[in-house]
Amino acid sequence: MSVSAVVFYLLSVYILVSAFLAVTSRKIFRSAIWLLFALTGIAGLYFWLQMEFVAAVQIVVYVGGIVVLIIFSIFLTQQSGKELPAPLRSRSIWAVLAVCAGFVLTFAVLKGYAFRLAGTERIAGSHGTVGIGGVGGIPGAGTGSEGVAGVENIGAQLLSTSEHGYVLPFEVVSILLLAAMIGCIVIAMKTKPDNK
Amino acid sequence: MNQVPLLHILVLSTALFFIGMYGLFTRRNLITMLMSVELILNSANINFIAFNRYLYPDRLDGVFFTLFIIAIAAAEAAVAIAIIINLYRNFQSIDVEATNEMKF
Repeated sequence: MSVSAVVFYLLSVYILVSAFLAVTSRKIFRSAIWLLFALTGIAGLYFWLQMEFVAAVQIVVYVGGIVVLIIFSIFLTQQSGKELPAPLRSRSIWAVLAVCAGFVLTFAVLKGYAFRLAGTERIAGSHGTVGIGGVGGIPGAGTGSEGVAGVENIGAQLLSTSEHGYVLPFEVVSILLLAAMIGCIVIAMKTKPDNK
Repeated sequence: MNQVPLLHILVLSTALFFIGMYGLFTRRNLITMLMSVELILNSANINFIAFNRYLYPDRLDGVFFTLFIIAIAAAEAAVAIAIIINLYRNFQSIDVEATNEMKF
């Protein structure tokens, strides 16, 4: 087993253990911190898969944004020393059963499916490169971080208006973020009493 | 990276998904349920990245889907936390069992 595989299995154990503790810990603040660990582990997995940009986005948005937001809301709404009530025994038994059944079913489907891995038959590049004007033919596809998944290619294709460009979803997401921002302000705004 | 088969990464993301589902089933606190939803979204992201890396290493579509999912998750978390704070202001609790005013 090579070093790379060992790193992967260590990362997976780290992610799964911290995710499990995040959903079972009785103290809500500890639960948020375990979630933080799980999200950084997932960012490490993206680094391991040589997707540096996605890993950076994961750290910036999830660890820097969402977890901080969750911790703020915990401080605003909970007495953080208090333990959460334990789930009902019947409910947790049914949850474990449903989850195990779902996992076994999904695993059986995955096990039986033959994925056509890249490099076996589609190496010829017959479906063409990503079709960006300017970036060109992407040499050494998939060979490393400087291959296709570099920031340069991501930026060029994300904002390209040609056939494989993603500029329309990009703009739609920007409008969604604006709407979410205004919606948050409106929802969380304190209503003033009428008689001043 | 090539020493690990794709199946193992998919098993990892499946396990993460069902851990999130377990949290969603058993927790009754809105903030912890939101955390479970974040875990589920992350497992979907792992799948997109792994498929992109193993099956179509010369394309970028999985990366874009992951980026959009992260953006939408951020928007969703912000709106959810605004709703949670408003709910706490009205009910002094964020337990889903406590907000039964409009329950039929």
